[in-house]
Amino acid sequence: MIINDRNIKMWSTIGQRATLGIAALEIAKNNKNLIVLTCDVSTSAGLDRFRKTLPEQYIDLGIAEQNLIGVATGLSSEKFDVITTTFAPFQTMRCCEQIKVNLGYMSHKVCMVGLASGLALGTLGFTHSCIEDIGVLRSIPGITIISPADSLETIKALDAAVKLNGPCYIRLTGTSNNPIVYDKDYNFEIGKSIKLREGSDVAIFSSGSSVNNSLKASELLSEKNISCTVINMHTIKPLDTKAILEVCNHKLIVSIEEHNIIGGLGSAISEFKSTLEKSPKQLFLGIKDVYGKGGTYNHLLNKHGLTPEKIVENVLKNLS
Amino acid sequence: MEKDKVELVKNFAFNLRKNILKMAFEAGSSSSHLGGALSIVEIVSFLFSYQMKIDKKNISWEDRDRFILSKGHACLAYYAALAEIGFIDKNELNTFEKDDSNLLGHPVLNKKLGIDFSTGSLGMGLSIAIGLSIAAKKKKKDFKIYVIVGDGENNEGSVWEAAMSAPNFKLDNLCVIIDKNNFQQTGTNKEIMNTESLSEKWKSFGWEVSEANGHDIIELFNFFEKKSPKPKLLIANTVKGKGISFSENNNDWHHAVLTKNFYEKALNELETKYK
Repeated sequence: MIINDRNIKMWSTIGQRATLGIAALEIAKNNKNLIVLTCDVSTSAGLDRFRKTLPEQYIDLGIAEQNLIGVATGLSSEKFDVITTTFAPFQTMRCCEQIKVNLGYMSHKVCMVGLASGLALGTLGFTHSCIEDIGVLRSIPGITIISPADSLETIKALDAAVKLNGPCYIRLTGTSNNPIVYDKDYNFEIGKSIKLREGSDVAIFSSGSSVNNSLKASELLSEKNISCTVINMHTIKPLDTKAILEVCNHKLIVSIEEHNIIGGLGSAISEFKSTLEKSPKQLFLGIKDVYGKGGTYNHLLNKHGLTPEKIVENVLKNLS
Repeated sequence: MEKDKVELVKNFAFNLRKNILKMAFEAGSSSSHLGGALSIVEIVSFLFSYQMKIDKKNISWEDRDRFILSKGHACLAYYAALAEIGFIDKNELNTFEKDDSNLLGHPVLNKKLGIDFSTGSLGMGLSIAIGLSIAAKKKKKDFKIYVIVGDGENNEGSVWEAAMSAPNFKLDNLCVIIDKNNFQQTGTNKEIMNTESLSEKWKSFGWEVSEANGHDIIELFNFFEKKSPKPKLLIANTVKGKGISFSENNNDWHHAVLTKNFYEKALNELETKYK
């Protein structure tokens, strides 16, 4: 993949989902051992060109996610590299027990990609939005969970996940016009978080589309003389606990995610934090264990306190 | 099929039953799934002693035929077969369901013992087999994939997702055997969830379906000899608990403790019948 300004802008415009298709095609051109499996979502995953260009490396299982994971397992067992993809709720929960037994218990190396997770599909309701996937998969031993911050990180995560020697879930969030977090090439390593901003008062951990909003919030907070460390916790499991230890001298730790506050990144951070003798208070920003009414993406982000302004408001409340 | 080959399979089956009983007895109060293991003895024996390409000296031979026991609770028959071909040491059979054993009440993936997949959660084996079948085609290998599915297992919706996809991908290297012993855990198929007309159901999904007596070696032979461009499926009519008078068609032996008395009675019966 050629990483330059033009491409970064283009990937950002088309969003994480469509970028996935481009990334998968590029990887597959050089890796004839790679097979992409989908459940009737080629267009939704930006895989239409892949389907037409590399039909031998593309299998559509129809709308049958349990079979998807089973077939992926068989292929993986025969040493193929396998990517599966469909919308996040179906990719993770419809076939959850197949994931447990085939990828968790048996450790088959399959890279699952959940499309449009979080609140991106809010107008379609909570059948299609997904605020549970991290929680569900985090409880299955051995599965790496990544949520890329932008389209470029989606490419980096997919490339790393295909090379990873174990099962993995990549959670794609946001819509098209996915804000750019990384405007040039950088080093991405599974399990190693990235400090985007260094501060001393508040430490913000986020992943996926929440990273950009966290950065914006940190700018607004700096105008109020509150300095923030912002960490892109792109890998939620295994958790980069070192990054948490490093910010324990801050006044407040904030976790921000387009996910239920139960079971997601915030939970993972607090599980570790509770083992420490002394650590800062934690503010959990995310969906507060409710479904509620759906709506457009920005409406839902605002409603659930995930816009930069709402993040600032909540941080201020918790600092005083 | 030559007479001596038939005898070989029958002898294999006899040894399997003996070892199944021994493991069930050794398991003691842990209990074991005896009924559903005994119903597949001839099928498993035919596969492991005659049908499947196996290299006894190279357990992970790339061109070996693949086997999945989708009805994983019948693992006693599987373990006994793997012991019979030398992949599992016969002494290890005594560890069945013991602490930290490799041989639990459902198969656990263990390439050193020839167990390619962990199974037991019903309805998952066939999908994996489809992945293997597609892989064989892509690698241009001619190994075959054999899967044993329970009749009760056909209750699972995932079985039908898989059933729909195998003919879609024209998988003529895939062969499924349904152990139709007419029982499931808490009653007959008819009482719990009617699995009548399985044959028509699978046919309508695009499979090459046959029916046969799952305990008759010649009938099994005739089925496996049939060539078809479609994925093949056998409805194997079997008797749950087959081979021991007290367990035949008696669903109390679905999952039960084999006491010393019953064990000795069963063994005696088996020896007398076989001779």
